[in-house]
Amino acid sequence: MKNIIIEIKGLKKDYQVGEVMVHALRGVDMKIDDGEFVAIMGVSGSGKSTMLNILGCLDKPTGGEYDFDGVNINTLDRDALARLRNNKLGFVFQAYNLLPRTTALENVELPLFYNNKIRSKERKERAIAALESVGLADRMKHMPNQLSGGQQQRVAIARSLVNDPRIILADEPTGNLDTRTSFEIMELFQSLNEKGRTIVYVTHEPDIARFATRNVIFRDGRIQKESQVNERLYARDMLKSLPAEEFDEM
Amino acid sequence: MNYSNLFRIAIRALLRNKLRAFLTMLGIIIGVASVIAMLALGEGSKMSIREEMSSMGTNMVMVMPNSQRRGGVSLGSSGSMALKYSDVTALRNEAGSITSVSPEVRASGQVIYGNQNSQTTIYGISEEYLTIKKLEVETGRLFNSQETKSMAKVCLLGQTVVEDLFGENVDPIGLSVRIKNLPFQVIGVLKEKGESGMGQDQDDMILAPYTTVQRRLAAIDYINGIYASAVTEEKSAEAIAEIEEILRRSHKLKESDENDFRIMSQSELIETVSSITDIMTLLLGAIAGISLLVGGIGIMNIMFVSVTERTREIGLRMSIGGRGKDILWQFLVESMLLSILGGILGIISGYLIARLAGSLMDSPVFVTTRSVVLAFVVCFAIGVFFGWYPAKKAAGLNPIDALRYE
Ligand SMILES: Nc1ncnc2c1ncn2[C@@H]1O[C@H](COP(=O)(O)OP(=O)(O)OP(=O)(O)O)[C@@H](O)[C@H]1O
Ligand SMILES: [Mg+2]
Repeated sequence: MKNIIIEIKGLKKDYQVGEVMVHALRGVDMKIDDGEFVAIMGVSGSGKSTMLNILGCLDKPTGGEYDFDGVNINTLDRDALARLRNNKLGFVFQAYNLLPRTTALENVELPLFYNNKIRSKERKERAIAALESVGLADRMKHMPNQLSGGQQQRVAIARSLVNDPRIILADEPTGNLDTRTSFEIMELFQSLNEKGRTIVYVTHEPDIARFATRNVIFRDGRIQKESQVNERLYARDMLKSLPAEEFDEM
Repeated sequence: MNYSNLFRIAIRALLRNKLRAFLTMLGIIIGVASVIAMLALGEGSKMSIREEMSSMGTNMVMVMPNSQRRGGVSLGSSGSMALKYSDVTALRNEAGSITSVSPEVRASGQVIYGNQNSQTTIYGISEEYLTIKKLEVETGRLFNSQETKSMAKVCLLGQTVVEDLFGENVDPIGLSVRIKNLPFQVIGVLKEKGESGMGQDQDDMILAPYTTVQRRLAAIDYINGIYASAVTEEKSAEAIAEIEEILRRSHKLKESDENDFRIMSQSELIETVSSITDIMTLLLGAIAGISLLVGGIGIMNIMFVSVTERTREIGLRMSIGGRGKDILWQFLVESMLLSILGGILGIISGYLIARLAGSLMDSPVFVTTRSVVLAFVVCFAIGVFFGWYPAKKAAGLNPIDALRYE
């Protein structure tokens, strides 16, 4: 029996926009086990991002229960939530959200600055290790505007990894990237997952969803369908199958 | 978060946007510098006016005839002729609160030496006059009582007169000059005194015995004024009262009669003048306050303009585990560093500007601690508040709302 990392029951999120009440989530139940690799799918506006933001403790639900790693999130105050994000969660955004005019290394170091237990030497070592693990050992001193989109996203992934989180949450991590770069990011996720990292990501593209082990499909604020992935894709193989002329640089 | 992390984060954030940091600082620099420069100029001119007036003797008391008109009717010739030499004698004999007293008789006219001439004022005085007005004889001597009694045609020249008549490198002592066509022997030269606080040349004068000026030059039997020294500056008011009493008696004024003379003390005059210069300082201060405000608004603008970018930054910092207070401390440290640095640069440049303006306008400057503290505190408060306030608002948002802020 595996550990359950995330367990939500009847999760609701309403937004009041003027007179209108928008029901972004209308009662979602879900469990995510340790080591799982879950892709969340669904049409635009179905509540995927809302869901992921709540899972990442970036937003608060208006109803329902959320247990993360055995702790009921509703009982935590703002500071405790910040500590949780700092210690146990890694978030990857569609828009990368790197600090501008800040080197890749410093961007990756950032979460560790908010962890008192980590001295500056260890902070640097861990940031370097994280950047190496995403294949950017030679781009440490680069600023975000000196990096390609795929490289920026890999810096963001390194940043989400640097605190050794229990789970990585990624909202459309390949949304701004071309096919090949998307595959590279998924290859990175798959190898992280093989090493035991739990990953949940949102995607629009059915192909990208097939790199996961489980798919959850949202519709109108509810889970419409859940399924194990039958013919799972492996990004390494997919990259090889791409036309040769695109393999000019890695 | 520990302090070294805090400082590192703040400094990195500042270095990340040097232009923004510089512009913020510029607001503070301008604000502080202008306040300090303005107040230094105001304070400096006040000090110099006060100093020069004190150099004329802070315990000096002046008596002038009261030539005021009353009810549209001139008091007549008796007004300006009210003072006589007998008043001086009365004061010398009876007043205990004054140490020395001298008449003053003025005549203005041309003084000629060779083919040089100069238009100046001749003051007829007694020997005490020099002590009272803090004048000094540089070379030569003062006339004696024998010369006063005999209405001797002797005189002492001020530096300006010496320059006008003799140019440089001529010792005028013993030479003869013509004042209003009468030959006078120069027996002394006065030490240079410079301009008065009112911008009057205090060296443009000739001194002679009052008897000589009264009889030979002005042809009058009254005197134009009386100068006296109170025992001390503090006793000035007492001296005024005593002089008034004695003069009223010697003028035989009835209870209901108004004074036909006016008494002023130098210390009163100093007070009047410094209250005027106080107003000037206040005015400069108001201008400085406006520049402070402008500087403050500049700081505010920069802080608010950068708020969008910074709100996203705050959202990101929160999403990776920064707590509200970590964020607030970061922004507080950032704006404090900027304000302190800007404040220091402002103080330095304010001082330099004051010095420069002072030397250009040939007026003294005096940087007071008060103006430095005032300028610094106000700019510091503005800088810190407007650095901190947007951060406080942003740090109160949900991380996701801060991230999505636009
Ligand atoms: N801050 C907000 N205020 C009001 N309504 C919101 C807010 N955020 C999301 N919504 C609404 O909630 C619903 C779900 O939005 P959400 O962003 O979760 O959709 P999504 O599934 O991520 O869509 P997409 O695939 O386009 O990203 C939408 O109808 C949206 O309009
Ligand atoms: Mg979305």
